[in-house]
Amino acid sequence: MSAKTVDKIATGVIILFAGIIVLIMVGLLGFILVRGLGHISFDFLTSPPETIREGGGIGPQLFNSLFLLVLTLIITVPLGLGAGIYMSQYAKPGRVTDSIRLIVEVLSSFPSIVVGLFGLLVFVNTFGFGFSLFSGALALTVFNLPLMVRITEQGLASVPLAQKEASLALGLSKWKTIRSVMLPIALPVILTGTILAAGRVFGEAAALLFTAGMSSPRLDFTDWNPFSPMSPLNPFRPAETLAVHIWKVNSEGLAPDAPEIAAGASAVLILTVLLFNLLARFVGRQLQKKFTASR
Amino acid sequence: MARSNDSRRVKQHIIEEWIGKILTSLCIVLLVVTIFSMVYFVATKGLSSFFKNGVSLAEMLGGTSWKPEGEPPMFGALPFIFGSFATSMLAALISAPLSICGALFMVEIMPKLGKKVLQPAIELLAGIPSVVYGFVGLSVIVPFYRNIFPGQGLGILAGASVLSVMILPTMTSIATDALRALPSGLKEGSYALGATRWQTLSRTVIPTTLPALMTGVVLGMARAFGEALAVQMVIGNAPHIPNSLFQSTSTLTSVITLSMGNTVMGTIQNNVLWTLALILLLMTFVFVFVVRWLERRAIR
Repeated sequence: MSAKTVDKIATGVIILFAGIIVLIMVGLLGFILVRGLGHISFDFLTSPPETIREGGGIGPQLFNSLFLLVLTLIITVPLGLGAGIYMSQYAKPGRVTDSIRLIVEVLSSFPSIVVGLFGLLVFVNTFGFGFSLFSGALALTVFNLPLMVRITEQGLASVPLAQKEASLALGLSKWKTIRSVMLPIALPVILTGTILAAGRVFGEAAALLFTAGMSSPRLDFTDWNPFSPMSPLNPFRPAETLAVHIWKVNSEGLAPDAPEIAAGASAVLILTVLLFNLLARFVGRQLQKKFTASR
Repeated sequence: MARSNDSRRVKQHIIEEWIGKILTSLCIVLLVVTIFSMVYFVATKGLSSFFKNGVSLAEMLGGTSWKPEGEPPMFGALPFIFGSFATSMLAALISAPLSICGALFMVEIMPKLGKKVLQPAIELLAGIPSVVYGFVGLSVIVPFYRNIFPGQGLGILAGASVLSVMILPTMTSIATDALRALPSGLKEGSYALGATRWQTLSRTVIPTTLPALMTGVVLGMARAFGEALAVQMVIGNAPHIPNSLFQSTSTLTSVITLSMGNTVMGTIQNNVLWTLALILLLMTFVFVFVVRWLERRAIR
């Protein structure tokens, strides 16, 4: 066979495989949306789930997922920013910094189920937070912190050196320079990364099975006192999130319409993650426009 | 007057400097403490089944029957270890050619179309939560295998199929980065000698970027190894080594997921699950070191 024929065949195979990837994506998304969208209604999104009868909704689960996301971000963002700033600005090159980098890398590749088990042992049992939103948020923080550190480092690395040096030359302290000059410039990158990380938190389930729990108490949506046990805002109550609910319905669901509920909930989950992705792109572009003169 | 003002300003400057240093150092210390306590807690819990409950290491790693409630209880974890390795390796085998071809398509063949169609598709796949993959696997892939092959459809191949799609984005994005970083002089030299595109790719581009491509494959495998829920949903969860790809089996993660909630803390049945978690943890270290080793080779 001539070299040209081989070249044509190889190119064809590569294009074919690339096409397969696109087909997988289209098929996956199409399947979930076609199966799930029909089941989504206002009633489905707001009513509580049923254990044996059909017609259950995902109201509390959806609320729990959103609330847990907010709690997680409140803890993760400051910690991740601080650690990221240290790594990119204060850490001196050397053995210590290298080993910290290795540790962050190891932490980021731990399986999420192991992070969940650690949460069960430490947050749920040793610290006594029990199966609660708070334990879940802490576990998700452990799980997400390395990503947040990397995002911050990337953001700060995108700041032009001249801007930093100009600020230092004006006599501002390093900390002041980081806070008032570098962070605003790094904001588009950091914010975009954080929103994408939020999408990951929203869909995480394995780390939550043994920390936030697999059940939700009957919530009273008229009681907004964060200290009463029935209140949706109480961070020390167990909370089943949307992703955990999908898993539970599939593996031990008794309701006759379990497949439909799983499909509907999956569609909601996918749409939310899509929304996060679009939001990240939009926010990033808007901020870029605002802080730089480019369009 | 002016001097005292100056010295106050200098003081404020120094205080500010220290605030920044201390705050950020605290964050990093917390991170380091977290990871060490994680390893410490899982290791003490996991080792206690050997030291406190007297399970033998040989039985744990080599035994093939898992009957924690039996009389006498048996703790042979080999089926789970085998299941984890089999599913993640098979997933990497399915996914590697797809992802490398995807990356070649995006960088070498049709960069414009790649950026417009393939890149968003892969970013989307990366964002889909693992339980959704499990759900689709359970309602599409398992029935599909059940119809054309003997058996229930649950098993290693179903698990590997689901995992291969999950790890596709990781592998593709690393392969893409590696191909983009290749100096264009190498390729141009090959074309100038009259080589076709495939000759250039197969004899210059792929051999040069091979360590980086392998990094992607290993990272994908590591992710597949640690994935819990999606695998648990499609693997069948029978505690034995299967005879075929379509027979129900288990992985380390699936058995932890299923049994952890049903056992009491501190009992032998619970401690052995922590030992399985410890094995997962140790495998993570192995994967990280393989990746580091490959990265060092890629730089040279």
